Amino acid sequence: MTQLELVLQTVMNSLIASSFTATFAVGLVLIFGIMQVINFAHGELYMVGAFSTWFLYSENGVPFFIAIVLAIVLTAAIGFLMERGLFRPMRGNVFGGLIVSIGMLFILQTLAVFLFGQGLMKNITPYFKESWHVFGIESVTVAHSRLFVFAVAVVILGTFWFFLRRTRLGWAMRACAQNPEAAALQGISISKISILAMVISAAMAGAGGAVMAQLVRITPQMGHSVIVTALIVMIVGGVGSLEGALIASIVYSFFHTFITTYIGGEVATIWGLVLMLVVLVIKPTGIMGDRESV
Amino acid sequence: MSSPARLKLAGIIALLAGICILPSIVRPYQLDFLIFLFINIILVVSYRMIVITGEFSLAHAVIMGVGGYTSALLPISPWISLPLGGVAAAGIAYILSFPLFRMKGFYFLIGSFAAAEAIRLCWVQFINPFGGFRGLRRIPVLELDLGDFLYIDFGAPVPYYFFALIVVIVSLVTMYRIENSRFGFVFHAVHHKDLLAQSVGVDTRRYRTIAFVTASFFAGIAGAMVAHYITVINPGLFGLPRMLSILVWVLVGGLGSFAGPVIGVTVLSIVDESFRGYQELRPAFYGLTLIATMLFLPDGLVSLPSKIMQWVNWLRGREAGGATKQE
Repeated sequence: MTQLELVLQTVMNSLIASSFTATFAVGLVLIFGIMQVINFAHGELYMVGAFSTWFLYSENGVPFFIAIVLAIVLTAAIGFLMERGLFRPMRGNVFGGLIVSIGMLFILQTLAVFLFGQGLMKNITPYFKESWHVFGIESVTVAHSRLFVFAVAVVILGTFWFFLRRTRLGWAMRACAQNPEAAALQGISISKISILAMVISAAMAGAGGAVMAQLVRITPQMGHSVIVTALIVMIVGGVGSLEGALIASIVYSFFHTFITTYIGGEVATIWGLVLMLVVLVIKPTGIMGDRESV
Repeated sequence: MSSPARLKLAGIIALLAGICILPSIVRPYQLDFLIFLFINIILVVSYRMIVITGEFSLAHAVIMGVGGYTSALLPISPWISLPLGGVAAAGIAYILSFPLFRMKGFYFLIGSFAAAEAIRLCWVQFINPFGGFRGLRRIPVLELDLGDFLYIDFGAPVPYYFFALIVVIVSLVTMYRIENSRFGFVFHAVHHKDLLAQSVGVDTRRYRTIAFVTASFFAGIAGAMVAHYITVINPGLFGLPRMLSILVWVLVGGLGSFAGPVIGVTVLSIVDESFRGYQELRPAFYGLTLIATMLFLPDGLVSLPSKIMQWVNWLRGREAGGATKQE
């Protein structure tokens, strides 16, 4: 593999990583925008998505796409319950919301260990077996399962953007993020919007887990590294800004993938965290300005 | 001396006497449990010192690790390196305070998390001298060697138990005195009336830094005590799970009073210990306790007695109300 081919391969890997990171981080940012809650259990929703896909598809022979849909439905339902049971009583209490989500993180992790065990290797027989040679170059390959992640992420983000920009419900959601009181005065039910936001966000995390299930090691702790990435992206992009999260996902994924390829994974994360600290110190509102814009 | 204060003093003396005779009653592994409980008490009480100035930090576990690593790596007698571990932790905290205290609230929380995680990943990354994932082994234990006259091996549980007890008492008394000094009152003022404190000339950032650095010193001591007792440390010991446990202990106990975190860590550790057979269910227990506390008992376990009184009164009131309606 020549130098150029390695660069090309890394660019491909970065693109796929950024598509996944964006789906995951946008959900986290959405929740913060609407409810002012940092959902630490977001990574665990991703874990639930991966686990249920593995359980349905590999263990019980449910068709792959149905398994993914069921995984998304399950995480969305968990998201719904979390909003009703945890975040609604904590409304207006930023720290309280964070703490109950940490409680939820513990519960979901334990549930996964309890139901499926900690140590077992959970491999999914890949649904897509071929790979694509980029521009016909032999050594630059992208597995179809990775392309699938990219496609799903783009479709989800595209649909979500269309929803936010072109539908009345999407406008209502943005209004809630910009100014909850004014939105409530216009007759928008903040509770309904919160539930909707939480369901969308959880479903995004679940979808991420479901499509990533065939690419990563499925463990109860798999949410940890992902939530660290998402927090970095959230801060760098500007807390509460969806566009910022999107741009930051792409920037950070390229940054992280290139450093991982050329130096090493730990170094990449350390520099990512340093980058986040620098942004926090210099411009706490992130690259996309003020907090309110969703 | 007034009678309630005397009663309090008598209670503390009785408690101390009880703690002193415990090693002769309990089994060896329970002694281990008590030693870690003591160390955790130092951790939670020092954590509360940061929280009373109004900021929640997610760096405390790693700061504790700084103490442990420093004390383990210094090639000198553990008796000297143990306090130096605390000093190193305080030093790191002082350096971190420059970027961190430019932020407040949520940003501080996330910033402290990022800084801590970066330090922890450095331990993983730099195998020389930190030993990478596998960490450090064969950390020397504390020994008191006075020739023929006296030799105590503090690697054994019973001597270490008393050593830990002394350290805990000294730390708690120190922190209690700090909190009830003029300094400590300013900490509270900085939390509750930030702007007012500033307007009367208090440098709030300076006081937050002082609280953060002092608390980190004690956390570093706690970390060094862990290192010299179990003689093996690795980065996983000081990760997010430990930080979250500290948070759970403090919040469940209640932040309002000095005793709150101590009660929290003691009660939860004992319950946790009785779950020994169901190792894998323990995090869920922590999670449920945390959620239940936040929803139903936001001031923590210390507020339980008054809360129960409230509920009883409310029930009585309802019964009385129901009775009048029937008439």
